[in-house]
Amino acid sequence: MVVLAIGPGTVTVVALLLIVLALVYYLVSTIMALSAITKGLDEVIVNVTEIIEKSAPVNDVVDAINGQLDAGVDLLEGLLVKKAGLVDAVGLVDGLYPGAAAAGFRNFPESTSIEAPRISEVYTKGTLTLARLGREAPIAAANPAGPVLRNVEGGSLAARLLYPSVRHTAPPELPRSPVIGTDAPVQYEQRDDIGAPRKRLPASRVGGG
Amino acid sequence: MTLWWIGDAVLLVVVLPVVVYLLHGVLSAARSIVPSVRSIAATTAAGSKDLDATALLLTTQSQVEQTVAGVANYGGSLDVIIDDAE
Repeated sequence: MVVLAIGPGTVTVVALLLIVLALVYYLVSTIMALSAITKGLDEVIVNVTEIIEKSAPVNDVVDAINGQLDAGVDLLEGLLVKKAGLVDAVGLVDGLYPGAAAAGFRNFPESTSIEAPRISEVYTKGTLTLARLGREAPIAAANPAGPVLRNVEGGSLAARLLYPSVRHTAPPELPRSPVIGTDAPVQYEQRDDIGAPRKRLPASRVGGG
Repeated sequence: MTLWWIGDAVLLVVVLPVVVYLLHGVLSAARSIVPSVRSIAATTAAGSKDLDATALLLTTQSQVEQTVAGVANYGGSLDVIIDDAE
């Protein structure tokens, strides 16, 4: 009897009802997912806005820092080349930082083609370090008007000679040690009191009164 | 009457599965976006936090300026007290 009550119209209604239910379920779920996406994108927008605001002045500050550092490099390169000469300056830098001569100086393009003198093999590294300090370095005690201090053929001896050491340079100029004994070139007169009887003290002091 | 039954069959066997399939695809795509968006939000939050230190660049700039000024003064003194190479 129930089967007979189901006609094509009833089936159509049931089918449409199922379709509507499916639409409602999936569309509501989709709306919830899209809502979550919107919420997440709002957070992203806030964070990206913060990033833009925080990174806005970075370029100007970094450019300013780079400009100041460039000025410092220009100053130091110019001073080094002015004081040491281009060739020695390249050798000095290469001695402190091996391989740096290949890069050369930024403001002196011709420095890249210079064959760096092997200053580090003549000057000790400590000497180079002290030389950077100026005239208080031992190397600066030598007379700048004298002969050149570097000797590219001398090796370590040349480096040792850079220090003002009298022991290394002029032993004959040291005062000789005194020669003692009967054969001594300098003879001193014998003192009279040596070997003589001891002098007596005054009687008043001996008597105690 | 027969055509109506055929229409009902088509509605139940063809239209309803197709509708469900398509809606399920849309829902899956939407749900797959959610974790990606959350990950992007977390990443941008971390990036924004990392940029909190950019304010220190002003301190760095000031210190670099002072350092270069000191180097310039020292270089000027060296220029005076040390003879030129030539």
